[in-house]
Amino acid sequence: MAALATRRRLAGFARTLRDNGYRVGLAETRDALQVLASPAALRPTSLKPALRALFCATHSDWERFDEIFDAFWHGHGMRQVLTGTPSAGHAPAKKLAEAHVPQEALGLPDRVERRSDGDGETQAEGRGRRGGASRAERLAAVDLRHVVDPDDIAATHALAARLARVMRARLVRREQIRNHGRRLDLRRTIHRNVSHGGTPVELAWRRRKIKPLRLVVLLDASGSMSLYTAFFVRFLHGVVDAFREAEAFVFHTRLAHVSPSLRDRDVTRAVERLSLMAQGIGGGTRIGDSLATFNRWHARRVINSRTALMIVSDGYDTGDPEQLGEEMRRLRRRCKKIIWLNPLIGWRDYAPQARGMQAALPYVDLFAPAHNLQSLAALEPYLAKL
Amino acid sequence: MPLQREDISNKLASVGYVADRDIATALWLMEFLKRPLLLEGEAGVGKTEVAKALAAAHGVELIRLQCYEGLDQNAALYEWNYQRQLLAIQAREAAGENADAIEERIFSEKYLLERPLLAAIRRPTPPVLLVDEVDRADEEFEAFLLELLSDFQVSIPELGTIKAVSIPRVVLTSNGTRELSDALRRRCLYHYIDFPDVDREAKIVLVRTPGIDATLALQIARMVAAVRKEDLRKVPGVAETLDWAATLAGLDVHDLRQEPEAVHETMICLLKTHEDRARMTREVGERLLGKVA
Repeated sequence: MAALATRRRLAGFARTLRDNGYRVGLAETRDALQVLASPAALRPTSLKPALRALFCATHSDWERFDEIFDAFWHGHGMRQVLTGTPSAGHAPAKKLAEAHVPQEALGLPDRVERRSDGDGETQAEGRGRRGGASRAERLAAVDLRHVVDPDDIAATHALAARLARVMRARLVRREQIRNHGRRLDLRRTIHRNVSHGGTPVELAWRRRKIKPLRLVVLLDASGSMSLYTAFFVRFLHGVVDAFREAEAFVFHTRLAHVSPSLRDRDVTRAVERLSLMAQGIGGGTRIGDSLATFNRWHARRVINSRTALMIVSDGYDTGDPEQLGEEMRRLRRRCKKIIWLNPLIGWRDYAPQARGMQAALPYVDLFAPAHNLQSLAALEPYLAKL
Repeated sequence: MPLQREDISNKLASVGYVADRDIATALWLMEFLKRPLLLEGEAGVGKTEVAKALAAAHGVELIRLQCYEGLDQNAALYEWNYQRQLLAIQAREAAGENADAIEERIFSEKYLLERPLLAAIRRPTPPVLLVDEVDRADEEFEAFLLELLSDFQVSIPELGTIKAVSIPRVVLTSNGTRELSDALRRRCLYHYIDFPDVDREAKIVLVRTPGIDATLALQIARMVAAVRKEDLRKVPGVAETLDWAATLAGLDVHDLRQEPEAVHETMICLLKTHEDRARMTREVGERLLGKVA
């Protein structure tokens, strides 16, 4: 049997893994103790692979394991490896609290106010306080750049989250009405007709289950989009929460898979965490590169033939437009529909002249505005028809 | 005395599977903890092959369940033999038996058709159960599978509960077309299979291709590794490498550098789409060959 010291050390290792977002439960730890007590533990060459097979559950766990293992057992005293996106673990939230992140980290109040300084009229409109539904209605039409009042911001975000849920509910209902495909359920038919001498008098039918649409959202969080990012992050959370099959990614100069972080039930925490991740360095967007990363590493897993891909971006790309076009073409072949939401369409006299946008347009099925809540709500009938 | 890792490596080697240290450890752990093993990795890295080799190494039967969208319990677990049931109902009724007795009779073992999952738990010697591409099946089926893998018993409403006669060794593979549930992942040991490194692939070619010499095997492995680094739509797997090796051996090629023409023409074994074929021009092929040498 493993000595007490070893058992303690193992428990410490399990905790380190949990801190790094691994899902390690008591069962795994118990099995690990069993492994430690076996002859395999005598040879470090087989201990590492054994613990890896035991504690890892996904490819990303697998890839980070060696680093964590070495750090723990060969004593660099590392508590958390910050590579890529934090997964659903709870450590990041704690870190947020420790870091005393000010409210402004959410990105919106500070920036919007700065932007709307010279825009007296809309600012006045944003400040107006009305209650109840009319206020919600009014908010729905206001360009998100111009929402300034903290209460209004909160209301906008709540609307966005609700909108995502409503979309989901309507989609499902339509599917059920549309569902006519039936086939015979032989097993139940026979069972029912034993008393008729096996002649199938009462038939048992089976309905064909239609699988719901899967939605994958890629959100541009670059500097040029910063006015809208916080809002879309909230929308993203709503989408991931409401759709059973939804995946979310955020990109600026690189791409990050954020669905695990968004699955947190605590909205504020999830959105806060993501807003921090989404805060680009204010630098350029590399849409082409980000899409290439998506195509190479994520597309095969998250996209299937009934996936609608939604890209939220202003199309200002500092990368190579040709690459963007090529990656869009690849994406087009994989999924059912590509929807490109561009907040700039809501601006007066906007024409998609950015070179990146031009390269991408031929592969886009729906190019729609997304500068306010009304424009998002207008998407729902389209999604329902897919 | 439980099996050691080396024993497993040796057994696998004896049936022509070249195992690396990590997979041998995972298989040993599977044996040791009696837990299923979940294998993930790109298409063509030899996930299915692991299960086949495992069955051959233990000298037991391999029972394979290929998952697909819409796979249900009828196809995976059991089905009643409807034709025989219908005949029996009519025959018995003519003989004047009453409905209850007939029902009793037609829902018995005799009319039960085993499907892979049921078969796997009813064998006297524990077989290897391969649940292939489990990510293709629906979430509901995954939940059902999870239940079966933890209890090793199934209930058939008309017949009652059937307990496992022996606990099969279970290998699940996933291509990652859908995210698997945490519950299933936690139930299983996990191993990620990558493409084999050059030395191991050369060894695989050597073991699996009769009459090939070591230099050519190494050249082939290097060439394939170089091809995989190119930006291809469909990266060639180990099976493609073996096809290519067999083709080259069949054409009596002994040195890739001497016969660039043959190399270019036989590349169709590795490249399976029109685009990839167009990308791998004669020039690119020669550049890669230059690197290999």
